[in-house]
Amino acid sequence: MFGRRRKQEKWILLAPAILVLALITLTPLANTFWLSFTDTRISALPTPVRFIGLENYIYAFTDPEFRDSIYRTLYFTIVSVGLEGILGVAVAVLLNQKFRGQLILRALIILPWAVPTIVNAVAWRLIYHPDYGALNSLLFQLGFISDYRSWIGDPSTAMNMVILADVWKNFPLVAYVALAALQTVPGDLNKAAAIEGAGPWKRFWSITLPWIAGPLMVVMVLRTIEAFRVFDIIYVMTGGGPADSTKTASFFVYQEYFNYLRSGSGASYAVLVAGISAVLILFYYSNAKRQASGATA
Amino acid sequence: MRRTLLQSVFLYTCVFAVAIFTTGPLLWLVTMSVSAPTDLTEVPLRWIPSEFDFSRYGALLDIDGGSGERFLSALRNSILTAGGATAIALFLAIPAAYSFSRRNASMVLLFAFLATIMMPPITYILPLYSTFSSLGMLNKTITLVIVYTAMLLPFATWLMKANIDVLPLEVEQAAFMEGASTAYTIRTVVLPLALPAIAATAMLSFLVAWDEFFYALIFTNDLSAKTLPVAIADFSAGRVTDYGVIASVGVLATLPPAILAICFQKFIVSGLVAGSVKG
Repeated sequence: MFGRRRKQEKWILLAPAILVLALITLTPLANTFWLSFTDTRISALPTPVRFIGLENYIYAFTDPEFRDSIYRTLYFTIVSVGLEGILGVAVAVLLNQKFRGQLILRALIILPWAVPTIVNAVAWRLIYHPDYGALNSLLFQLGFISDYRSWIGDPSTAMNMVILADVWKNFPLVAYVALAALQTVPGDLNKAAAIEGAGPWKRFWSITLPWIAGPLMVVMVLRTIEAFRVFDIIYVMTGGGPADSTKTASFFVYQEYFNYLRSGSGASYAVLVAGISAVLILFYYSNAKRQASGATA
Repeated sequence: MRRTLLQSVFLYTCVFAVAIFTTGPLLWLVTMSVSAPTDLTEVPLRWIPSEFDFSRYGALLDIDGGSGERFLSALRNSILTAGGATAIALFLAIPAAYSFSRRNASMVLLFAFLATIMMPPITYILPLYSTFSSLGMLNKTITLVIVYTAMLLPFATWLMKANIDVLPLEVEQAAFMEGASTAYTIRTVVLPLALPAIAATAMLSFLVAWDEFFYALIFTNDLSAKTLPVAIADFSAGRVTDYGVIASVGVLATLPPAILAICFQKFIVSGLVAGSVKG
């Protein structure tokens, strides 16, 4: 009797949340999946919808532009998350030392994280400005370059410049997670190793890094999932250009939908991107689960 | 262990470099916002403004001006959207979190919740767009509130669940012994105890909604519903000749989250760390 009441309650308490998520995420997801097998177009007039089977997918798999956009997304994801990891851990190790101004620096690190993504994109766009940008001026005055460059107007540098802006905003998250983990490293362990003659570099690789690897891995996978769907910063900084050099998968699908108005084929690209994301999400889940069971054990 | 002089020099060089890298771009944004327009087009740049010019802030905060109207309506829409979505999301998340924490709702379901927000928004956008369009709901604040509620809900539920988990069970059990209903117990026993967690969750949720761009870009098209990120993208894409205006809008949009982040640093950092690490 009591148990049944509790069981009912379980679902009553969950119902509103499940309803909202079903309406706003699950239904659209199913709908996108269905659309991907049709030749639907976005149009003001009602147009007949034809089921065309796997045609969109066959096209998508052989579309070199889509393949390139996936490669670009992978490049963006791997390089920015990789740099965020390295920088984040380095800064965390620094913040874990005792020095004057430690608390101030810890507080300052949160600022890039607090800057809205769009403001970050706009600010770096101004910094990279080919004629009046701060980066050109700084490098010129320091003597590193002799001519101003068009950092995000040049296909060979645009993506890396976008990555730099992204790293600046997102390394604090990794740094904070790494710092929280570092603070749990037992000091005795390091002391014992030092007595046995292990230098700081060796201690870092053999004691510190393995100790923080779990939480670090989880936050890095989380960042990977986020980076893989990158859109906002691209939209503002480069609009996918120049010469498509920063056109990532999300941006590609966005254009297919809202510039070319091909919702059917756009949906098939979207499903493929979602599939890759799903793999990443499962990876995150298995990691987080291992992490959680490790923490309680 | 005491440091040698060399180690100290190295340490403080790193500290200095990190401080410059972190604050440099922001300081420059602020400097641009108060530089005279002619300073900003000098080659090479003038790093220290020839005069401090706060007129752009005045113009942006003046509802009667063109840019002021754009900025202030976007600010209003952002506050309404982020505030409304945060409130509703928490209202739905607390019972759900209680169910996960105290009624043994399956963790797989919680993970399914979280998976919905990890998917790229492009997976949902088109059907949502068609639905809202046919319901005449495009370009409305309420539409963004609904979508953002779904976006905030999983994370809020998860964070609240982790916090309810660590509350003492005894008080709740005592309330149930006295014949209190679950709704009453959540309201009078759990909520007061979980207040700090609710505040932290609300703050993080608000910041996430404040930051959202993609849905707002697709679903809004004029002053009545455009949020700050969309307005800022417009400012930046438009033919503005004075880059200081763009910088000022950026500074103003950064102030609320930056102030929240600095004032509630401990809160936010612990929420972030928990949010990204614990499964």
